[in-house]
Amino acid sequence: MAKSIDVSDLNIYYGDFLAVEGVTIPIAAKSVTAFIGPSGCGKSSFLRSLNRMHEVIPGARVEGKIIIDGNDLYGAGTDPVAVRREIGMVFQRPNPFPTMSIYENVIAGMRLNAKRMKKSEADDAVEKSLRSANLWAEVEDRLRRPGSSLSGGQQQRLCIARAIAVEPQVLLMDEPCSALDPISTSAIEDLIHDLQHDYTIVIVTHNMQQAARVSETTAFFNLSAVGEPGRLVEYGSTTKIFSNPDNESTEAYISGRFG
Amino acid sequence: MASTLETQQPPAGAARSIHQRTLPRYAPAAAFGGCLVIGAVLTGFGLIGTVVLGTVIYLVVIYVLSRTVESSRKAADRVVTGLVTSAFVIALVPLVSVIYTVFSRGLPVLSATFFTSSMRNVVGEGGGVFHAIWGTVYITGMALVISVPIGILAAIYLVEYGRGWLPRQIRFLVDVMTGIPSIVAGLFAYALFVLIFGPGIRIGIGGAIALSVLMIPVVVRSTEEMLKLVPNELREAAYALGVPKWRTIVKVVLPTALAGIATGVTLSIARVIGETAPLLIILGITDSANFDPFSGRIATLPVFTYYEYIQPGVDGSGEGRAFGGALVLVLIVLVLNAVARLISYLFSPTKA
Ligand SMILES: Nc1ncnc2c1ncn2[C@@H]1O[C@H](COP(=O)(O)OP(=O)(O)OP(=O)(O)O)[C@@H](O)[C@H]1O
Ligand SMILES: [Mg+2]
Repeated sequence: MAKSIDVSDLNIYYGDFLAVEGVTIPIAAKSVTAFIGPSGCGKSSFLRSLNRMHEVIPGARVEGKIIIDGNDLYGAGTDPVAVRREIGMVFQRPNPFPTMSIYENVIAGMRLNAKRMKKSEADDAVEKSLRSANLWAEVEDRLRRPGSSLSGGQQQRLCIARAIAVEPQVLLMDEPCSALDPISTSAIEDLIHDLQHDYTIVIVTHNMQQAARVSETTAFFNLSAVGEPGRLVEYGSTTKIFSNPDNESTEAYISGRFG
Repeated sequence: MASTLETQQPPAGAARSIHQRTLPRYAPAAAFGGCLVIGAVLTGFGLIGTVVLGTVIYLVVIYVLSRTVESSRKAADRVVTGLVTSAFVIALVPLVSVIYTVFSRGLPVLSATFFTSSMRNVVGEGGGVFHAIWGTVYITGMALVISVPIGILAAIYLVEYGRGWLPRQIRFLVDVMTGIPSIVAGLFAYALFVLIFGPGIRIGIGGAIALSVLMIPVVVRSTEEMLKLVPNELREAAYALGVPKWRTIVKVVLPTALAGIATGVTLSIARVIGETAPLLIILGITDSANFDPFSGRIATLPVFTYYEYIQPGVDGSGEGRAFGGALVLVLIVLVLNAVARLISYLFSPTKA
């Protein structure tokens, strides 16, 4: 069962620095939402605040409300660890565990939480996740090699496999394809298409075509000036944002006239 | 490419070419040999004088030679090369000298009986370090058992949990502890056990505690550095999978830093295993093996070496045993360093 996310009036701080201001956006369940915007406008920060990864940075905090399927994400009784089990994340830079093999990396979510699973179950989970991430063919015969022995793009696909192996309800992806070749990129986009039937997916991308291809909803973030906080300029159905945006700066960004 | 090379050259006629006259490769060695001979003749073949004077002459000769044949930049380069090499050799002299002395005077003493017998009932020749080896091994072992958990947990606190002023204060105190003279650690342990058991106490566990006081800061600092090297991305990767913080530390951070931590611990052993002063106070010396760490004097290698040297016995044979003990200690430290390298090789995460 996928989850919908309702964000209202969210401010994101790094210490005293207000990085993102006043974001209000509903994110529908079982849909793909793309975040676009120039570098430094706070896309990653906002994405990280959706699964409470933001607060692991010392001094980082948020103000405002995020409601996930009726539960207050930042409410007093909410356990961030439980939240992150439901809301998985793929990071901007690949980060496989260097002490683990490829195999162990994929099922790290279960292993690290000491979840008991049979050998055959684990094997199946590994193969399924690696196939979805379009990595299986390349690593099939060297699953016991260290995860860090892969190329950068392969590592990123390994991280995607690791994130989907735990079958989260929501998957946050921060520029998952920025290190990938067109073939793997299209495999990841296929994966996103498949996953969207069951999961809620949020993807940050600098690739306009990709946003247009994979997402139903697009949100455009921008900053008015360097040092100013980033803001959500507008959001709406992807077709509308790409063909007839309300805001001038959105149109300028999408058509490549700045940023 | 050519343009960058040219800009580094002074724009003086032929120097603009990227080709330059150079001294033959054997020139520095030949010049140095020649200078040594000159130095030897001038100083009347004294070893130290020859080397020092020869080196000085060499630096002058190579500069002039290089300046005339090559360029002023090359000349400066050759002089600096000569200077840093000399500094390196000077730094090496005491080390080589110590190792040479210990081996040349200690090796003749080593024998099977030297390792298997204690000094019990030995007045003149004979006797050995059996009791002292065991004392050193298990006192250091106990110190290890005390220091490693405390040190590693403290480092985990500093890196993973500490926020605000407390970790800063702890880090400062740990730095101060790193610098305390070892005799102070010995007096601390002695005073502690005097409080419990009364004056004149000699007890093995006290030695272990004195060594722990010296070891803990080393373990804390080296572990802290290693934990800091673990990229934050790995912690975040684990958190994002819904792994709680303590599991992340135990299963991701510590294994990633394991090689470095193990190396640091091994080197901290090497650091304290030769400590003499604190053990002199709290353990004293004895002639026979004592396997009870909770009562009585215990011999250790450094203290054994010290006593054999200042009390060589009626026939003076103690001096030989002192060098034997020192050699055994040096060998143990060498082995520990080898072990540290092995550990860092075996546990480093990049290895398949
Ligand atoms: N750990 C941090 N500490 C302090 N400031 C940070 C930190 N991470 C990000 N910031 C600041 O927050 C703002 C938003 O950064 P963020 O990483 O969210 O941008 P982004 O939109 O993801 O950019 P990009 O497209 O380059 O990834 C920037 O001004 C950045 O300097
Ligand atoms: Mg980013």
